[in-house]
Amino acid sequence: MNPRYIASAVGLAALVALPFVYREPYHLHILVLILIWSFAYTAWSIMGRFGLVSLGHGGFMGVGAYVTALLWNHLGVSPWIGIPISMVAAGVLALIVAYPCFRFRITGHYFVLVTLALSGIVLQVITATRDYTGGSLGYTPNRAPSGKGLMALQFDDKITWYLIALGVWVLGLLIWRWVDRSMTRYAMEAISEDEDAAAAAGVNVTAEKLKVTLISALMTALAGALYCQYQMFISPDTVSGIAVSLQMVFAVIVGGLYVSFGPTVGAIITIMLAEILRIGFGTKAVGWDNLVYGVLLVVFIIFLPKGILGSVLDRWKTQPKPTERNEQEILKAARR
Amino acid sequence: MQGFLDIFDIYLLEAVVNGILLGGVLALLALGLNLIFGVIDVTWICYAELVMIGMYGMYYMVQVFGLPYWAAAPFAILLVAALGAALHYIVIAPLLTAPPINQLLATGGVLFILQSFATVAFGIDFRNLGIRLPVLAIGEMHFSYSRLLAFIAALVGMLAVYFFMTRTYTGTAIRAISQDRQIMSLMGLDTKRIYLITSALGGALAGLAACLLVLQYDVHPFVGLSFGPITFLICVLGGLGNFVGGFIAAFVFAEIISLGGLFSDLEWGYVLAFAFFIVMMFIRPAGLFARRS
Repeated sequence: MNPRYIASAVGLAALVALPFVYREPYHLHILVLILIWSFAYTAWSIMGRFGLVSLGHGGFMGVGAYVTALLWNHLGVSPWIGIPISMVAAGVLALIVAYPCFRFRITGHYFVLVTLALSGIVLQVITATRDYTGGSLGYTPNRAPSGKGLMALQFDDKITWYLIALGVWVLGLLIWRWVDRSMTRYAMEAISEDEDAAAAAGVNVTAEKLKVTLISALMTALAGALYCQYQMFISPDTVSGIAVSLQMVFAVIVGGLYVSFGPTVGAIITIMLAEILRIGFGTKAVGWDNLVYGVLLVVFIIFLPKGILGSVLDRWKTQPKPTERNEQEILKAARR
Repeated sequence: MQGFLDIFDIYLLEAVVNGILLGGVLALLALGLNLIFGVIDVTWICYAELVMIGMYGMYYMVQVFGLPYWAAAPFAILLVAALGAALHYIVIAPLLTAPPINQLLATGGVLFILQSFATVAFGIDFRNLGIRLPVLAIGEMHFSYSRLLAFIAALVGMLAVYFFMTRTYTGTAIRAISQDRQIMSLMGLDTKRIYLITSALGGALAGLAACLLVLQYDVHPFVGLSFGPITFLICVLGGLGNFVGGFIAAFVFAEIISLGGLFSDLEWGYVLAFAFFIVMMFIRPAGLFARRS
């Protein structure tokens, strides 16, 4: 057996066992948030690592959260069905916006600005349909009658949520890894180097980009829906809009864009930072966390563009251990 | 936002004229963004937030320090121009050789900083200048003087930029740099200085827009979000760095927003504008007035 697999199996077993040993609800709550946001950040990084910088993910997350909640409240559709519907909705939105972008080679600045506008527009729509969505005041899914918690995907108990979030987080890492090992990765790397050359070499540029975008959008919508189900409260500012999109970018860049655990490290740092500031400053903290985020984002982009984990792995690379072939593979990925 | 919604009244012609008036300010914003993109090859995501800071500057000078509007405006323009230059000097300059996406994301960080700085420093209350300009009535139609003033001032501002770009040495240098970045430093031009001047000019345009917008809208830390995205759409549709394209696209979008707001809420005007934008991308992918290479 490969030592790396054993290590990850042991790590996973420890994470699954954690809530049964350690039950402090506040810390479990933080862990659940970290896991859900890690999943969303991983979703972003699947696109972002290939130079497809999207600021529209706030929009996908908003669609995931609001469609699920609206279906439940107005039509009584269980989130078990509502979440797939919301994911399809986000996927369709992604295709509508991304197809013309990719088909007509809208890249770089243009792509960022278009997706930025997308998340702005989703925010506007949520605000405009305030009769249904509660507008900027936020929205609460109806409480399920007792005993129907499973059907409504509402659980009072933190351990259940922790396990759900953990499962989704692992799923996110597996998808990341699957993309990392697939032909799509080579195609996307070629595309991000030179689109025309990649097309000339037989890469279907539009299809490959759409594939990555779709995966990323679906995952982000799932993250939004889960966040909504867990918090039982959503507002346009917390699940959609430009601020959320930028928060994703920030977390991924701080953690490390090119390594599988980078987004997770980013989520740990951002959420711990927000919590520490919230505890330190109390209600005065409004705005402070974003101020610190903003400064850190600028500082990281200028001085440490590979992120914390990426840079640490880079440092390791300078003293490679020849026996561990797999580790070298990660490092190779990190070097990119 | 309420003022935003009231502006669009029942009559179609009124909506059309109001659209043109709105287009003036949007064109001003698009010009500033295009200028910076054309010369430095950087997109300031935080452009609308610079406007927001300028609006706060106006609010404080007029309401707190009691300066008359006309005296406060130049200071606000200077303030935002200085902010633009500082943004370039502190954030963009160290990143000039980095991948372009990094520069763009760094300005995204600045967006966070400016928004939360405003939240921390000024609070999240809506504030306004307390200046109510009279309403001009032509027949059944009503136009507010503040919009008319904004339109005229925006046109004057754009003309001033035009003459600066065509009639002065610095302006010529700016246009030359936007044509060929490498060769200009070989020609003995100090590109760093030109970049700084361009950034200050872009900031000044944002400052002018702030002076005009503060007459119409309340200031709050997130006010930038209500016209930031639309400005980006305008710039992309007009072609980034294309001044004429941005100018025309601004009026097209303003009309769509204005007419869309006629039938429903203003937010739907934005949605309509975005839908229009997507359709236009199919028809003219590289912008309305793409120079095909």
